[in-house]
Amino acid sequence: MSVVIRPAPEAAPPRWRPAAPPTARFALRRVGQALLVVVATFVLAFLLLHALPGDAIVARYASPELGLTPEQLEALRVAYGADQPWWVQLGLSAGGFLTGDLGTSLQSGAEVSTLIAASLPPTLALAGLGFALAAVLAVGIAAAATFAGTEWLRRAFRSLPPLFVSIPVFWIGIVLLQVVSFRLGLIPVINASPAEALVLPVVTIAIPIAAPLAQVLIRAIDDTLAEPFVIVARARGAGPAWLLGREVARNALLPTLTIAGVLFGELIAGAVVTETVFARSGLGRLTADAVATRDIPVLQAVVVISAVAFVVINLAVDLLAPAIDPRLRKEVRA
Amino acid sequence: MSAVTSLLLPRRDEPAARPKPRATLVVSIAVLAIALAWAFLPWLFTSQDPLAGVAADALQAPSAAHPFGNDATGRDLLARVIFGAGNSLSGAAIAVLVGLLAGTAVGVLAGSIGGLVEEGLMRVVDVLLAIPGLLLALSVIVLLGFGVTNAAIAVGVTSIAVFARLSRSQVVRVRRSDYVEAAFGSGGTFLAVLGRHVLPNSLGAVLALAALQFGSAILQISTLGFLGYGAPPPTPEWGLLIAESRDYVASAWWLTTLPGVVVAAVVLAANRIAAAIREATA
Repeated sequence: MSVVIRPAPEAAPPRWRPAAPPTARFALRRVGQALLVVVATFVLAFLLLHALPGDAIVARYASPELGLTPEQLEALRVAYGADQPWWVQLGLSAGGFLTGDLGTSLQSGAEVSTLIAASLPPTLALAGLGFALAAVLAVGIAAAATFAGTEWLRRAFRSLPPLFVSIPVFWIGIVLLQVVSFRLGLIPVINASPAEALVLPVVTIAIPIAAPLAQVLIRAIDDTLAEPFVIVARARGAGPAWLLGREVARNALLPTLTIAGVLFGELIAGAVVTETVFARSGLGRLTADAVATRDIPVLQAVVVISAVAFVVINLAVDLLAPAIDPRLRKEVRA
Repeated sequence: MSAVTSLLLPRRDEPAARPKPRATLVVSIAVLAIALAWAFLPWLFTSQDPLAGVAADALQAPSAAHPFGNDATGRDLLARVIFGAGNSLSGAAIAVLVGLLAGTAVGVLAGSIGGLVEEGLMRVVDVLLAIPGLLLALSVIVLLGFGVTNAAIAVGVTSIAVFARLSRSQVVRVRRSDYVEAAFGSGGTFLAVLGRHVLPNSLGAVLALAALQFGSAILQISTLGFLGYGAPPPTPEWGLLIAESRDYVASAWWLTTLPGVVVAAVVLAANRIAAAIREATA
């Protein structure tokens, strides 16, 4: 490798100007990449779930108890499009997804889009409240882990996130039910008001979300407090409150956003488990039931929709990051 | 200087100055060793039958004779937890193995061949990452059917993407190093250099990840067991044990609490050991 001695930057005018600003090109590239992943996920989910031995129609309706004749079975296969070659089915399915037609459930015969629309609101309430509680818990844990009075206390708070990620979520739910509802009798098990019925599920789903969030916050606070600009701010007389509110909060935002996708996955898994434990209806329950009855169209729709949401979340984070942190704008340009 | 402001000083170098807390590591190794002993030699630890119960003992609270109490059909819960270790831990081992082998194969191929192969493989990895873990595991279970081994494979599939990403980045890092260039320069063939230099030097970080995945695999397999997609009912499996006891949550606290504590303790121990391995290899 040879060493090239470059002229000082201000001495050399830029040789060329990009047609579009680099940030816009970065955004376009990133959007294209996201679209590619969404399309690939759709194809993979389709192929994976349609690779079942035999086809789903025969698997569901060929049992002798139903007493369907071979002709009726064949008519059903035609009705569901299962007699077409796989690539025609893939095209039909893709066209359906683009126009909002997610197919029909093999189990109930209802439109998948109707099933999902019906189960979305309770899950959104659960996940939204759970996420809000998790954020409060995480900030509390992170602040206590950094600023609690004694070394012993700080260590105790620091060990909470690793503990939280090691406990099975379904077990948290059952133990909460046992202690709060049965032992203390604080929340009735039957005839609870909708608000009361939400309390324990929200706490249950919040714990696995709070753990990674608190971990990232603790690390971000540690890193920020070690930055030279914090030392300068301290030297200029900044107190802990000013530092936390100004320097630390702003610098902890980006690392927190980067795990948004991971948290989304935890929310989905948390919804499946929590709704099963507390026998609540919702998207998680719909998914668990679809697996139990091998209801492929429902499962495929849930998988594709959550993959799209995951990709969109990560895309938004990547595009927002330079707006939040000016240092990233420079890196993109370089 | 007050206690609060002293905390605002840089604390980055502090842990190095202070001896690391090793006690937790020792306890963790002990916990995992006991769990592994349960898995391999369950009959050494209990004389009770995990499958046949004594009806008179049904729903007995923990006692000297039955430290974890008895379940609804009078089976000794500790015996079921001990015999369940085999199912849960072997499942986690299978899951890690699937993720490690498939993921490393994809990552090493992508990293060492490069070009379009790398581009294609890593986009597949992007797809695997885009589907939330539990949904991916459930899709694989729908494909393979229910059962302990199938649940383990499903959990393994969810970790292929992280193993592939890590091993690819390791291979790319090692490939750029001078001694690998020198090995190619002095006439080494692609496979020889891959086997002699690239793989051994890429493996440390991958093994540390495998240790970390073990704990999370125990957790995920117990979740699938709880949802009813793992072992069929009379089989003692940790997640299923907790699921079976849900009906007695009002009357028999030990049925849910104690197996859950065991799962959490083993996962915590596995994670602590994984952290120690990561520190040692980093």
